[in-house]
Order: sequence, then structure tokens, then C-alpha cells
Amino acid sequence: MTGTQAPVTAAAGSAPDRGGEGRPGRGKALRYIAGRLLTSLLSLVAVMFTAFFLFRILPGDPVRAMTEGRSVSVEQMEELRRQFGLDKPLPQQFVDYCLGLLRFDLGVSYQYRVPVVELIADRLWPTVLLSGTGTLLAALLGLWLGTRSAWRRGSVSDRVNSGVALTLWSVPTFWFGLILIVLLASGADLFPTGGMMTPGTTGAVAVTLDVAHHMVLPVATMVAVLYAQYLMIMRSSLLDEMGGDYLVTARAKGLRDALVLRRHAVPNALLPAVTLIFLNIGLVASGAILVETVFSWPGLGTLFYEALSVPDLPLVQALFIFFSAAVILMNLVADLVYPLLDPRVRS
Amino acid sequence: MSTTEPAATPEPRPAPRSPGPVDGPEGATASPRRLARQRRRRALARFWRDYRANRAGLFGLAGLALFVLVALAAPWLVQPADLSVTRAPGLPYQPPSLDYPLGTDNFGRSVLDLVIWGSRVSLLVGFLATLVSVTLGALIGIIAGHFGGATGTVLMRVTDWFLVLPTLVLAIALATVLSRSVFTIILAIGVTAWPTTARLVRAQTLAVEARPYIERARALGGGHLHIMMRHVLPNVMPLVLAQTTLLVASSIIMESTLAFLGLGDPTTVSWGGVLQDARNAGAVSSGVWWYLLPPGLAIALVALSFTLCGRALEGVLNPRLRDRS
Repeated sequence: MTGTQAPVTAAAGSAPDRGGEGRPGRGKALRYIAGRLLTSLLSLVAVMFTAFFLFRILPGDPVRAMTEGRSVSVEQMEELRRQFGLDKPLPQQFVDYCLGLLRFDLGVSYQYRVPVVELIADRLWPTVLLSGTGTLLAALLGLWLGTRSAWRRGSVSDRVNSGVALTLWSVPTFWFGLILIVLLASGADLFPTGGMMTPGTTGAVAVTLDVAHHMVLPVATMVAVLYAQYLMIMRSSLLDEMGGDYLVTARAKGLRDALVLRRHAVPNALLPAVTLIFLNIGLVASGAILVETVFSWPGLGTLFYEALSVPDLPLVQALFIFFSAAVILMNLVADLVYPLLDPRVRS
Repeated sequence: MSTTEPAATPEPRPAPRSPGPVDGPEGATASPRRLARQRRRRALARFWRDYRANRAGLFGLAGLALFVLVALAAPWLVQPADLSVTRAPGLPYQPPSLDYPLGTDNFGRSVLDLVIWGSRVSLLVGFLATLVSVTLGALIGIIAGHFGGATGTVLMRVTDWFLVLPTLVLAIALATVLSRSVFTIILAIGVTAWPTTARLVRAQTLAVEARPYIERARALGGGHLHIMMRHVLPNVMPLVLAQTTLLVASSIIMESTLAFLGLGDPTTVSWGGVLQDARNAGAVSSGVWWYLLPPGLAIALVALSFTLCGRALEGVLNPRLRDRS
């Protein structure tokens, strides 16, 4: 509980600075923040419960699946069961699981024999790098094209833009990646077919360039599939704003068209898009599962895919919790930041 | 609940179904049933006229009809024996030719046959998964909207919670945990895709229930079930239909994704499964494009068709959106 207390005071401290709302406003803001925190906490607890029961109803014996193809004695299998705590009754397992969660102990991977938390920490950064870049570029491209589309609504460029975006949106991510590999990696040999860097590369500049080279195709795949939703949401929210009287006023003041768009229309239309960006940042961790699998990118997505095929239950379970927690956290951040961005929500 | 208490003011407006002068000059002599039928036919004609104005929607409808026809006619177009891995008709990895318009796979099966046969599972899963999620979403949405109070709050909390979970991860987890079958895939997609529908239906239910004729129905002694089924549901259905069409597109993509990740039923041919086979057989590194291209294009075309239809429907049903496209 002490951990959740800190952000409350930190966020509340900055609240009265805006507009000097005084006491009543502050109490309201505090209540809002506390409410959001409590909801998020409840969601998180629900995710943890789900994770436990979901992966305990798995038919089949994990120890048998793990040792498949190897000759192991009955004693060895009993030993493995004891090691992973699978010999205990279910309620006992549940208590152990909850106690472990409190210490950030999510068990030991069947496959790698190391704590899953270490595995996740190891693989987190490649995923953040890949999906972060992909999400950022997709958002920028989508917002830019969406703005242009809405401003020249009904024009040829609007129709082409929307059409291309919708088509790419309908394409399965993994297939688009495969086609890119066939065309540009194994076909034209312009880019590597997978991985994150060429083994044996040294020197900071060389490594950076090498990683960037490896990133081109996976990032292109992510952007192609993701940018459509930014385009669509920006287009429709800007179209909503375009009927606004304040735009007529701005034009009547003699502002140039580009200035009316940039200074007046876009800032207001940006709000729904900002919400979407926050939601997608939460999905950054899980969103790359397909892209990473196709391009053998050494991140969380590949880890998840590999864990599925074993099946490495503690790892799958931990990643499930991690992916969901990321979304819940980002939702919370979006809820807390939104009132700062949009005064209309504040009251 | 306050639903059974008598209405404070009697509702002066005529009931929607009552025969009366409001229904036009022929209304005086026609039976209520005939009137209702006429009104429905006229509404349908108006709907079709609006829909026809959307060219993209017509393209979507045509594409959809084509794929459904192919899926239905598949048993006549393809000999199931030709899909056998061990007694494949051709040589492996033949590029497109007259005999095999889309070439052959690593076993020597015709890729065209695989794509045609795969449309059956892909469409079936797409439709049934959508049916599961829309039924679930509509039910929860209507109940939450109708009863409100504690029931509604709890249901909406659960919905929000599902909305937050990463859909793909949850679907993968479910498909992993349950046994491999088409039914599992349908369930995994259906159970994860309902929250958006529930939110939509709840919002619409609240809007419908604020109208006076619901109060009238209540005053006449209509129970919860009667109001929900006879008055709210018909009004919510059109929007649900548009949502359904959009959901089928994402369900089909989700099915192919799960099959590609190896979570599908290995004994059936589906587009995602074909792509997984192609990748496992090394079609990507050896550049066998004719094995990879057709199934993916089929998925994209079907998904696009459904998306275009769904957007066109939305445009017709929601006039605020119409002047936007």
C-alpha cells in the first residue's frame, strides 16, 4: 500500500497549480486519482487470479511434456514435480503463488531453469526498442496523414489515403512480415531475414547501425499494420472539429489556412488520438508477439511464442501477467494525464 | 427496481404498432400485421437505397458474396482426396502452371485447392466466433443497460476489465489451455471479443430506454423480459449488425493468427494453417512466393470486404457518420 501512496501525493501536489482552484477542486482531484488507482489495483488482482486458474486447468502433465523424448525414471519425474511445487494440493499452490507474487517471484522457468523475472528483464529491452519505435512512427504517420485526409476531405488523396490504410489494416501482420522477408531479405538481399544483430559486431557505432539495419523490416511491418487506426481516429475527430464556430472566427481574423489547421483545429482533435496512443503503449509489450516471431527478434514476443510450444507454464503465466499489467498501468496513466490535457474533463 | 411502478403521466403518443391515421391513407382499412409488414418493407427499401450510395460498401458486399459462394461450392470445386499429404497429385514446389494455377506446396498439393478449402474453416470460425461474442456482448450490454444499479455497475466493471486485457494474449492463453480444435478457436476468439459490443449495446440500450414508449410499455404492465426482448432488442439490432460485420473481419484475422502460431486444429486446412505450413517448410527462405501469397491475400480480401460492409452499414445507420466519408 505504501507503494501506491506516493503517486497520489505527487500528482495531487501539482494539481492546484493550475488555475488555483483551491480546496474543493483539490479534494475532487484526489478522490478521482484514488478511484482510478483502486480500479487499476482491482484489475491487477483479477489478472493475477485469472492467470493462476487459467494455467492450472491445462489438461496434460507439464512434467511429462517437458521431458518428452528423453528417458527419465519415475523418481526423476517425481523430483521435478517436487522442484516445481506441482506435488502440493491446489490451495497450497495458490497460497505459494500469491506469496511469491508479493516478492515479485513468479516461479522458475521449466525450460531455462532460471527465475522467469530474470528472463523477462533480459528480453524486455529489445521489445521496448522495436515496438516503441514502431508505435511512435505509426502514430506520427497516422496523425499526419489523418490530418491531411480530413482537411482535404473527399479529395483524391483523401480517398487513396483511407483506402490504403484500410487495406493494410485488413492484412494479417505476420503475413505482411513474411512477404517483406521474401521480397526484400531473401529475395533482394537488402536486409537481414531476422535477429537483432550480426554476431561478432563490435564498436558502438557499428552495433547501432547493425541493429538499425535489422530493425527496418520489423518496424515497417508494425507501422504498416498500426498506422491505419491513428489515421482513422484523427480523420474523424478533426472532421468533428471542422464544423466548429471557433474555426470560422479564426478565419475571420484573417489567419491563413495552414495556421487555422495547426494552431486551432489540430490541438482539439488530438485528444482522442492521445488516448489511443496511451492504450497502444500499454500494448507495446504484447503487440510485438507476431512481428517478433516472424523476424526472430529476441524479445518478449519470441519468448512467449517459445514458451507456448513447450509449454513452459511459469513463463507463459508470468508473461500473461506482465502483458496485462502493462496495459492496466498505461490505462491508469492515460486516465491521470487526460484531465491535464483536456480542461473539459477536469470539471 | 423502479420498473413496475405506474408511469407518472399517461403517454399520449400512439403505440408504434397500433393501426391508425398516422400510418398513411391506407392505414384505416389494413390490418395491423399488414401495416407492420408494409412499414418494414419500406424501411428495407430505404436502407438499401442508402447503402447503395456507398460504393466501397458495394465492393465489400460483392467480395463477401464471392467468398461465401466459393466456400459453399468448395466440395464441388475440390476433390478432398487431392488435399491428402501422402497422395498429393503433383510434384512439390511447382510454380504456377495450367494444371496448378497457383503452383503446388511442399507435398505437391495444389495451392489453389488449399485456398478454396481453407475458406470454409476461416469463414466458419469468423462467423461462429462473431456469433458467440455478439450474443454475449448484446446480452450483457442489454442487461447492464436495462437494470442499471448494482447489476449494471458490476457487469460494466467486468466488461472494462476484459477490455483492458490484451485480446491476442488472452486468446492465445485460452487456445493453449484447451484442446486443439476448431471449437476451441471459436471459443477463444468469441470470449475475448465481446466487450466492445457490450459497451456499444449498453449505450444504445440507455438511449432507447429513455424514450417515452418504454415508459408506456411499463405502464401497461410489460415485464423486464418483455421490454428487453420486444422493445430494446429490435432497436439495438441494427447497430449490432454493423458491429458484427466489423467483428467478423477481426475474427478471421485472429483465426489465421492463432493457426499461424500453431494453436489451430492441425487436421483441418485453414488459411493461417497453410501459412504456418509454408513457413515451417522453408517457403520464406527459398522464396516460394506462390505458396505464401494466395492464403494471405485471401485473408486480407475477406477482412477488407467485411470491414467495408461494416463501415457502409455504420454510415447508413448513423447519419452523423454518413456525411463524413
